[in-house]
Amino acid sequence: MSGPDHHHHHDHDDEGSELSGMALRVRALESLLVEKGYADPAALDALIETYETRIGPRNGARVVAKAWADPDFRDWLRRDASAAIHSLGYTGRQGEHMVAVENTEAEHNMVVCTLCSCYPWPVLGLPPAWYKSPAYRSRAVLDPRGVLADFGVTLPETTRIRVWDSTAETRYLVIPRRPAGTEGWEESRLADLVSRDSMIGTALAREPAA
Amino acid sequence: MNGAQDLGGMQGFGPVRPEPEEVRFHAGWERRALAVTLAAGALGQWSIDAARHARETLPPGEYLTSSYYEIWIKGLEKLLLQKGLVTETELRDGKAYGPGRPLKPLAAAEVAPMLARGSPYSRPAGAPAHFAEGEAVRARNFQTSGHTRLPRYARGRQGVIERVHGVFVFPDTLALGGDEAPQWLYAVRFTAGELWGEGADPAVTVTLDAWESYLEPV
Repeated sequence: MSGPDHHHHHDHDDEGSELSGMALRVRALESLLVEKGYADPAALDALIETYETRIGPRNGARVVAKAWADPDFRDWLRRDASAAIHSLGYTGRQGEHMVAVENTEAEHNMVVCTLCSCYPWPVLGLPPAWYKSPAYRSRAVLDPRGVLADFGVTLPETTRIRVWDSTAETRYLVIPRRPAGTEGWEESRLADLVSRDSMIGTALAREPAA
Repeated sequence: MNGAQDLGGMQGFGPVRPEPEEVRFHAGWERRALAVTLAAGALGQWSIDAARHARETLPPGEYLTSSYYEIWIKGLEKLLLQKGLVTETELRDGKAYGPGRPLKPLAAAEVAPMLARGSPYSRPAGAPAHFAEGEAVRARNFQTSGHTRLPRYARGRQGVIERVHGVFVFPDTLALGGDEAPQWLYAVRFTAGELWGEGADPAVTVTLDAWESYLEPV
């Protein structure tokens, strides 16, 4: 991206424009680190593979679905989110210290990191570009309803909005409200209703298809 | 520091542009930028706070016009130079002109265990917490050219302790290569009216995490 408002919809391999400058710069840096003995190319590939295929928002969706389906797990999540989430195997880097915040009819939670890009990686994967953008980081705290409108979400004026600015190493996961009409659903089916954005708090869980 | 990273409350960046969940990268080089950043971090030569400080000390104009992976790469180059792991010439040419320091690079087999292990930032308490849940506090008003995790929008503002998180390493010292100096960490809730004044939405609150030395009793 050339600036905060510049937007790429496609994933290409750096042909043309100023992007090729960054592509060259990163390639040079990578080969230097390898030559110096600071990086192992196989480890670099393994890191990418991990975050492209293994660690992503489906993990968080399973946490939410379990919280919806299992009252004991939900209580555990409220009391000690780190232990509850770690018990499902979602541990480690950028998810060491977890807090779950639960949406209700009266209260909607939304998470931001105004100072950088803090985000709960083990449950949500890598943060999306918009989460790291100046547009989101600046406005989430000042005008959260305006940000929600950018995502097509309008809440009643009476709904309290609670913004969580991740300024430390605690990481916040939003538990969206369970949609009506899903009583008795299995966890795997519930998880399909849980979008990444609903766990950041910029969306609601999907309504079940009619 | 009052750098361009401290974005809360700024205006003029335009709308937020949502993206589908499947979009993880916007260019091939971003994958490599992620990987080299994590692998270099695993050398253990700097803390996560030092990495944040390296990024936030980019000139504001440059910070605001760089994508996040660009910011990461520019920060990483700075750290590598600061730690004497590479030279300017080597960075420019992408070529080693001398042997590296004898550090053990992250091995492929270590990637999964390292990520799963993470790096806990909590520490045993050395003293009782000064503040309790429900207590009113004021965020101190200070300016530093070093590193802090207290954003400008909260400085001097009054809030309420919402949670006592425990004792955590202190970024302000760690970022500059100092010691962990662990402190109690709290979630502090502010009303939008306290933060933003006239016309603020009465139904909005903002909660941030603040170390004990950021706070004073009211």
